[in-house]
Amino acid sequence: MPYVPHTPEDVRAMLAAIGAASVDALFATLPDAIRLRGELDLPRGLSEEEVRRFMQDLAGENITQADLVSFLGGGIYDAIIPAACDAIACRSEFLTAYTPYQAEVSQGTLQMIYEWQTFITRLTGLPVANASMYDGATALGEALVLAVGARRKRKVVLPALLNPRWRRVAATMLRGFDVQIVEAPPAADGTTDPAAVARLADADTAAVVVQNPNYLGLIEPVQALAAAGKAQGALLVAAVNPVSLSLLAAPGEYGADLAVGEAQPFGIPSGGGGPLLGFFAASEALMRRMPGRVVGRTVDRNGNPAYTLTLQTREQHIRREKATSNICSNQGLNVLRATVYLAMLGGTGLVELGTANHTRLAALRREVERIPGVELPFAGPAFNETVVRLPRPAQAFRDFARQYGLLGGIPLAGVAGCTENDLLVAVTEKRTAEDIETFAAALAAFASGEEVEW
Amino acid sequence: MSEPILPANICQRWLGALQPSLFRKGQRGRRALTMPAWDGDAVAAELPAACRRAAPADLPDLSEPEVMRHFTLLSNLNHHIERGMYPLGSCTMKYNPRLNEQIAALPGFAALHPEQDPQDMQGLLAALRLLEDDLCEITGFAACSLIPSAGAQGEYLGMLVIRALHLANGQPERREILIPDSAHGTNPASVVMAGMVPRTIESRADGRIDLDALRRACGDQTAGIMITNPNTLGLFENEIVDVAAIVHAAGGRLYMDGANLNAILGRCRPGDMGFDVVHMNLHKTFSTPHGGGGPGAGPICVTAELEPFLPGPRIVEDDGAYAFTRMPTGDDPAIHAYLGNVGVCLRALAYILRAGCDGLKRVSDMAVLNANYLLARLRPLLPVDHAEGCLHEFVASGRTWKEAYGVRTLDIAKRLLDFGVHAPTVYFPLIVEEAFMVEPTETETRESLDHFVAALEQIRREAETRPELLQTAPHATPVGRLDEAQAARQPDLRWLGPCNC
Repeated sequence: MPYVPHTPEDVRAMLAAIGAASVDALFATLPDAIRLRGELDLPRGLSEEEVRRFMQDLAGENITQADLVSFLGGGIYDAIIPAACDAIACRSEFLTAYTPYQAEVSQGTLQMIYEWQTFITRLTGLPVANASMYDGATALGEALVLAVGARRKRKVVLPALLNPRWRRVAATMLRGFDVQIVEAPPAADGTTDPAAVARLADADTAAVVVQNPNYLGLIEPVQALAAAGKAQGALLVAAVNPVSLSLLAAPGEYGADLAVGEAQPFGIPSGGGGPLLGFFAASEALMRRMPGRVVGRTVDRNGNPAYTLTLQTREQHIRREKATSNICSNQGLNVLRATVYLAMLGGTGLVELGTANHTRLAALRREVERIPGVELPFAGPAFNETVVRLPRPAQAFRDFARQYGLLGGIPLAGVAGCTENDLLVAVTEKRTAEDIETFAAALAAFASGEEVEW
Repeated sequence: MSEPILPANICQRWLGALQPSLFRKGQRGRRALTMPAWDGDAVAAELPAACRRAAPADLPDLSEPEVMRHFTLLSNLNHHIERGMYPLGSCTMKYNPRLNEQIAALPGFAALHPEQDPQDMQGLLAALRLLEDDLCEITGFAACSLIPSAGAQGEYLGMLVIRALHLANGQPERREILIPDSAHGTNPASVVMAGMVPRTIESRADGRIDLDALRRACGDQTAGIMITNPNTLGLFENEIVDVAAIVHAAGGRLYMDGANLNAILGRCRPGDMGFDVVHMNLHKTFSTPHGGGGPGAGPICVTAELEPFLPGPRIVEDDGAYAFTRMPTGDDPAIHAYLGNVGVCLRALAYILRAGCDGLKRVSDMAVLNANYLLARLRPLLPVDHAEGCLHEFVASGRTWKEAYGVRTLDIAKRLLDFGVHAPTVYFPLIVEEAFMVEPTETETRESLDHFVAALEQIRREAETRPELLQTAPHATPVGRLDEAQAARQPDLRWLGPCNC
């Protein structure tokens, strides 16, 4: 095991210093009955080159967004990753550092997280943000757990067009708190109906969730939903695609108390779905109820500004069963990637990013509208994603599109207001006009009844 | 003339200097990341005014060289495993092999979208299944879920699984989870998140379970027990077979917090001790980097009895082809939108392949040797109440220095930073006064352990003659000791301008 440095002479000298006869003797407290007889049933160790080759071969069996043109989204996007993100994230100083509990030797990580928190407050328009959560789904779950505790009420209203994977995670996290979940149905246009929210959000409601854009990519009537949701005193939780905050109303602008989301498009590989990066922002009033780590600025004994983990009395290592959450990590390295990404992007670039996304989605929608037999069932304003209604099941198109070199989208069977012929199609800033033409050609061929050829 | 504040022979100086905030750098209009030009027909794509944000987000505009310089200079302010030792008890700060980073970054893994079909992910699914099987073999269990994103989420999932079993058995009243008072704080917090009730049981002075206290606590309300083994004092729970018998007889299940698994690889297995669930921290035992706080991964392994309660999707293999089964639908439980921290799992698999059965055993053997060597060398300096049978870590106490020199454990820890050694875990576990918890891990050389001892010897001399040197430490770090009380009293959590503190 080459990561272990001990020579036989080291072992001998160290055992002598200990006064032990052998390494085995150090394990004397292990009861005989439970000792492993023989070796673990695993192969013996390999050289670096053998492991590299084995893993490269496995990687080579996968077909990815690097091989095909991706129109997949649903919360994870094929976004541009600047080389700077990889270069900084590979630095041992960030990669191999521990959680910054010893602030005096962790100012790099701490200042970086403080800058991440600042970015998130500026994007969301809320005054406080934490050091991150595992992913968007658990960030939403934590927001609802917070709301239930803060309001001491036992009901939450979720939009039916919430990302179904997030809904499942959030609902699981609420099970421990005896909470009733009610669903606000969509209107015919594919957005959430404010009247339905107003009906459902009563005096027993702790939180109302708005997802913008919603799972279908449609921009929600956030002002009306916020008014309806907050009328009876519920907290408003905004689940937002952070890329959309380049152009779309910020949660703070429509009165959200909490804003959460998935920051994977900010420089983080899709990576088969993890590790991801959840963000979490809150109003001042909820600051001391936030889950997770928080970095604050203070001074050192010489009066110099310095950063430190703070508000730790909320956390499990101090409060144990009374903690605001059991989380005891953040996604440090992915926070670093996203912070570098946002620094690379800048305010000017952020607007350019949003516009690039929006332009390409509009171009795709325009192409789709021209194809006989294919339609846009929900034609309202959208961001990043749109629903395409096909003449046959969407899964069949997904298979069909492979011969065009495309990853065609996510079938929407079972999603509120959708049919098995509906496909969720994502268009990011990476897609070219040619990509979109190819996609349109595949749609046209599929709609005209061509069969899958392979 | 007194000794210098920084003895040149053993201190490490920092090259880094504090950096202005990113939000004070750059100039409006500077660019780094730009978008590909749109090469299609012009598109009319105005968003309705009602959708748009009122004011653009105010982010600084920087050039790429400025960005690189900012983060590189920030990085210089960190201690990290490639700079110096991290004897952090309970954290297993071992070397993070560079090979693993290369592997996780391969486009064949990194560019996969989780909504692709399993046919596209055959290599990934093969890797994950292999890791599941390896972790089951290492821990002695029947099934594994790689989905938990961290140790705390592994605990949470373990609690959900135990709860689901009791519900399926028609025993909803079993809600209570017993937790020794020497446990990590995540244990009780995870129990609460899962809707169960933690009940603290007093442990013996050495942190081991008190069988009488356990018998008294068990009953019809018992859902299970959470045990860290070896415990947070680095001691093996040597009556574990009896503990398991008592809890099982009462109808409960045993959860092992695998934070300290690095002590026992290839020597014994939780599944053989009577545990029903274990979580592992891949970022501890299996060498994936801590990344300044994450991401890690906290897979759990379970008995065949509990396997049906693991969340989907589960990966199944049939004649070399991999597919998903038990895909979650509707209100099925889920703790992650997809498969968990896949990239972390790939790193851990590479580590296990590199180590093999022989290497894994050697990891624990040398981790235990290093801890016992440090224990032997540090005992003349600091008292260690429960040294007998120490495995991969031990807990010393600063109480004698407090009495003799008026310095606290915190002061010793802070002074160590000046010597290029990260502070040990301090004030945990709670059952030891002025706790000073040391876990060197197997990747440290004898020389680096000797450096740690030499530093502590020097610090004791300082404590005797110049205690203020410790009380005001650190001195060689980029910043001095912080005013943490002010940070919490007047939280300043985002950049609003030059220091408003």
